[in-house]
Order: sequence, then C-alpha cells, then structure tokens
Amino acid sequence: MKFMTKLSTVSALAMTVASGALAAGDMTVALQLEPPHLDPTSAAAGAIDSVLYANVFEGLTRFTSDGSIIPGLAKSWEISEDGLTYTFMLAEGVTFHDGTTMDAEDVKFSLDRARAEDSANAQKALYAGITSVDVVDPLTVKLTLAEPNGSMLFNLAWGDAVIVAPESIEGIKQQPVGTGAFKFGSWVQGDSITLEKNDAYWGTPAVLDNVTFKFISDPSAAFAAVMAEDVDVFSGYPAPENVPQFEADARFQVLIVDTEGETILSTNNKMPPFDNVMVRKAMSHAIDRQAIIDGAMFGLGTPIGTHFAPHHPDYVDLTAGSNYDPELAKKMLAEAGYADGFKTTLKLPPPSYARRGGEIIAAQLREVGIEAEISNLEWAQWLEQVFKGKDFGLTIVSHTEPMDIGIYARPDYYFQYDKPEFQALNTSLEAEADPAKRKELAVAMQKMIAEDAVNGYLFQLAVPTIAKAGVVGLWESAPTQATDMTAVHWKE
Amino acid sequence: MNRALIIGAVLSGAFALAALISFVWVPYDVTGVDIANRLKAPSLGHLFGTDHFGRDIFSMIMVGARTSIAVAVVAVGIGMLIGIPLGLAAAARKGSLLDELIMRGNDLVFAFPSLLIAIMITAVFGASAVNAIVAIGIFNIPVFARLVRGAALSLWTKDYVLAARVSGKGAARISFEHILPNVTNLLIVQGTIQFSLGILAEAGLSYVGLGAQPPTPSWGRMLAESQTMFSFAPHLAIFPGLAILLTVLGLNLMGDGLRDVLDPRLRRARR
Repeated sequence: MKFMTKLSTVSALAMTVASGALAAGDMTVALQLEPPHLDPTSAAAGAIDSVLYANVFEGLTRFTSDGSIIPGLAKSWEISEDGLTYTFMLAEGVTFHDGTTMDAEDVKFSLDRARAEDSANAQKALYAGITSVDVVDPLTVKLTLAEPNGSMLFNLAWGDAVIVAPESIEGIKQQPVGTGAFKFGSWVQGDSITLEKNDAYWGTPAVLDNVTFKFISDPSAAFAAVMAEDVDVFSGYPAPENVPQFEADARFQVLIVDTEGETILSTNNKMPPFDNVMVRKAMSHAIDRQAIIDGAMFGLGTPIGTHFAPHHPDYVDLTAGSNYDPELAKKMLAEAGYADGFKTTLKLPPPSYARRGGEIIAAQLREVGIEAEISNLEWAQWLEQVFKGKDFGLTIVSHTEPMDIGIYARPDYYFQYDKPEFQALNTSLEAEADPAKRKELAVAMQKMIAEDAVNGYLFQLAVPTIAKAGVVGLWESAPTQATDMTAVHWKE
Repeated sequence: MNRALIIGAVLSGAFALAALISFVWVPYDVTGVDIANRLKAPSLGHLFGTDHFGRDIFSMIMVGARTSIAVAVVAVGIGMLIGIPLGLAAAARKGSLLDELIMRGNDLVFAFPSLLIAIMITAVFGASAVNAIVAIGIFNIPVFARLVRGAALSLWTKDYVLAARVSGKGAARISFEHILPNVTNLLIVQGTIQFSLGILAEAGLSYVGLGAQPPTPSWGRMLAESQTMFSFAPHLAIFPGLAILLTVLGLNLMGDGLRDVLDPRLRRARR
C-alpha cells in the first residue's frame, strides 16, 4: 500500500538521522528548522540564533532564561545622566575562535556594520538611534545616542548585535567565528551542525565537549527520533499531541517552554475589506481562542488579546475585548456592509499551530459568513508571497522576537498597519527610560492595537522541549530564540 | 457467476454509494470543527470516532470517497478521451510518421515516474484537486493509447475490416465503427484497473499535501494527519487506511472479474 511505504520511508529517514551520543560529554539536540546560513547579524531567520546564540556568538549584553539582561562581553557599563552616552567596559582576555583578540575595535566594527546604511541586519531599526561608536581604549567603548533609549541594553542583547570580527567576516555565513564557549565544528547541509567546546574560552567553560544540532521538521520523524532515543534533546518539538506520552515515559522529561511568540491571525490592513476596522473587529469576535489552543496546540499556550507577552510585567489582559461571540460578529459584519460575508485567502506556513489553527479559524469564520480559502505554503513561499509580497488576506504566524510591539509602527511591515498616533507612542516609548512611564506607554500601545483589531490575537506560543531524563541546564523559557547549551550537562 | 466480480463490485459499489449519498446527507458536517468532541473513540454516536478537530470520521470517509472517486473518474476520463483516439490513429497509420510521433510521445510520458511529475505539476500550478486530476490524467493517456493501438493492429487485418475498406470507408470511420467496439471490453477492464491506480495516486498526492486542500476531506490527508496521533488514537489512521485498501482491492477484483467475463478467449477456455 502506498501509505505503508510512506510510513516506512519516514522511519527509515529517522534512522539515518540517528546517531546517539556515545561519548559521555556529547549531546545531540534536534531542532525543527535548519538555518539558511550562519550569520545572525544579516538575516531574520530565527533558526540561526537557535544554533549559534550564546553558544558561538556573544554580544555586549545577553539574555538569561528568565528574560533578564546580564553582562556578556561587556563586564560592566555606565550610563550618563542624560541617558545619551553608554560606556561599556569589556571583559579581558577574550579571543575569537580563530585566535584573534576581541577588543573595542571589534565592537565598533560590529555595531557600525549593524547600523550602516547598507546593513543587511534584520533589526537595523533597533540600532538606528546610535549616532557614534567610539573606541576609548582597547577595553572601553562609548556609544552615543541621538536621544535616550530605555531599551538599549536589551536591544544589544539580541542575536543581531553579537560581536563579530573584521578578520573573519568574509566567511561568516559558512564558517562563523565568534567568542562563545563553543566553536563551530562542521555543517552537513540538510542534516546537522556540530559545535565543539572552546578550550580557550574567557568565561565559565562549557561542560559538554560536542553539541550536534540535528534538523528534523517532520512531526512523525521527530516522534520516531525521540522515541528511539536518537536525539538527547528536542528543542521546539513540533507535535504537541505527543506530549502526554513523553510525560508518562520515565525515560524523558518535558519542559513546556514559554516563548516570546505572539501567535496572531495576521490581517492585511491595506486590503479591502480588512481596511475597515469594523470588519477586523467582527473577525476578532468570530474567533474562539480556546478552541484553537485546544485543537491546534493540545492545550499549550496562553490566550492573548494584544501583541504582548503575558509574562511581561507591562502586559494587560485585553482578551475580554475580543471575546468569542459569533452573533455579535455577524451583526458587526452587517453594519460594515458585509451581511452576506465575503471571500478571502488564508495562507498558512508549515508549523502545526498555523496549519491546524488555520483549519479551525477557517471553520469559525465560515460560521459568520467569511469564506477563507486555505493555501498551505512552505516557509520560502510564505516569505516571498506574504512577508515580502504582501499578497495575502489572512495568515497565521508566531512573532517570536522579544518585545516587538514596535513592528506596528512600521507602515510597510507586512500587515501594513499605518497609524501616526501609534507611531508617536512608539517613538516616546523608545526614548523613555523611566519604568513607570514606559509601562504607561506600553499599555496605551497594547490597547490601541487591540482597539483597532489590527490582527487577530490568538495565543502566546508555548513549545514543548523533550529531553532525556539525565539532561540538566536547559532553558525553561525562551526570551529570545536560542538553544543555550553553555551550561547544559548530563546528570552525574 | 464470477465470484471476484461480485465481491469487487460489492466493495467498490459500497464506496460509490457512500459517495453518492454524501451529496444529499452525511451524519455530521465535515467542514465545521467541534473541539470539545475531539479524538473520541468509535461509538454509536460516531461510528468511526472523531478526529483531532472533533469531526466525524465516518462522514469524512463518505465525503472523502467523493473526492477520491471524482479525481479518479475524471483522470481516467482524460486518459481515455485523449488516449483512445491517439491509439486508434496510430494503429490506422501504422508505421507512418504520425504513428511514430504518437508512440514515442507516449514513451516520453511513460519514462517519467508519474508521482514525480504530479508533484512537479502541483508545485508549479499550486496544490489543488484539479491539478491532481490533470497530473493523474496525463499519465493515463499512454496507458490507453498503447492498449488501443496494440489491440487495433490485429483487428486491422481482420476480414470484416478488409470488407469495410473495400466498400470505401475511410480510416477514421473504420476505427470508430469497427475497431473501437471490438476493443471496448479491453478498455473496460483497463479502465477499472486505472481507476484503482487513480485512487491510490490521489491518496498519495494528498498524503504529501498536494491533493485536495483543506477543508475538503481526503483519505490521503486524513492518513497524513493521523501519523503523530496513531499511537494514542489509532482509529484516525485505521479507517481512512481501510477505505483506501478496500476500494482499491474492490476495483482490482472487479477488473479481474470483468476480464474473465468479457474476454471471449477466457470464456471459451472455461467451458
């Protein structure tokens, strides 16, 4: 039978993916997505950070598991009274993996490169407020800002602001050279990336000798790989329905990792009828969030009512403003002039939250008369058609960048929300350093986009990480896309 | 009576009937979701249980039968509609440039693995049931063209064909009036076999996500979606799997049976 051969091919694939950790100090970590290349400073692909952040590349500051910012390559810093000058004192004795010294010149090079006119940095806007980077002495760097920016230390912790060296920048996409506790070993394209312990590391050395990242995107292959113990850890396990099985199995531990991923029904705000706020509001009432969380994620995830992470202290719960009420939705659609509903497209990327969530949402929208025609896209097609081409009515995607409400201030961002009042709020937020005032602004912004129902706000993505029982030190929440292996080890 | 023919006809007839009934009635709506009732084991309320969205699997199998049969019917139809005239023409002009062109063209299509080309077509024109039909249909053309040409070649030497030629009938008229009726039984048998292959191909294409798109139920996609849940909800895979198995088995038995009944040589041998 055809389907039987398919099943056996899949398990055969899983076999070839397998190679257990034989030496005690090695670990195999499976991820869903393979990076397109290995330069975190010139691409938006989170898969790059998933392999390299904290392991191979480090920035001046860095994220910890709980989301706080701690010193990275900068051991300390001073911020001037007016908030315009940041002076970073760098750690001593730091070398890149190729043996060259990491000093203030490298910091200047990295940050200048990130904010340059022709920079390919995906978060260029975060560093645009830096007017100059000056080398005071080899271990001291001074950043001057155009205006105060309360999130600068946070922005510098992103994978997009890691320190790279001019000597090795040429080959960074294939041969990344950083300062981290692991150095790049090899990359078998389509299969795995191996990192090796950096014996010359300046800080607390890694425990593991080798870490191999395997790329397994097919959910059933993922299940087979974990069950057969071919991988030691599966970070971001793609099939939440299998979690109860792993929880019941003494060989494994399950971490439900909170992410920064606001999973939203992205709506093309420039495309009629979605340019009508009434239509968008009607849609927000047509969607039953809990049904999506239960049906697509098997219960994993927290409902959200705006584009903000529920674990953030400034979060406000606005889910009540867009409660599930199909009757109200129909009434609002009628008021907007769409009593008979309308047709649109729903373009879905591969993850199961999108594919399954999309089927549920399409069914819920059909209840109120909106026909959403589903098309399933691969990531490359999705980026091309939806993210770059803006050729879509609706799509479902999880925005995994931390504290990214600022994307609503970019009128040319793919969902095309263009509101000067919001942009003004965002500018003030970026300049504000006082926590109380920041909170006030952040709340106002959350309320504004919820009020305008810019997108359908579904849930905060939580992803299961399945690990063998003996693995210690994995991140229990994910403030940024990363698989920080520097402190991970086997239980004695 | 032929036992294989009866069993085959009953099996495939049951699915055809289910597909027909599904146009006017299904136990439950298959496009809506009912999350509260998901992954229910088979019971009286839901004969085959419910899937991960709470949809009734029995209803999905019924509507899925419609998808499978529709794809296979149209695909075989395309193959016959184009393949038969091509085969007749090639036989009528045996050895000519036309014959060569048609048959080498057929070889060309045969040379490619069908599923691979189907994947290419759906990749270029997008995944949909229509593109799946076209892809499967194209691969039915050479099957029928070859079959008809082979059978027709021997018929062209028959006395009654000679008589028709003497009486002044043209090649086209002879092909349709004298040749075609005499290859019909072959076509019926081959059509049944191709039909079952079409159902398999549709299931294969939707299994990899290139067939009918959601929310249209399709047996292949039901199987694909059940994979990660197989270990705790086996009914998700068993029922669509059985549906494919039984339909294809039924059609193959029916094809065998029909050949036994329709082929005069076999009939004589049995007596």
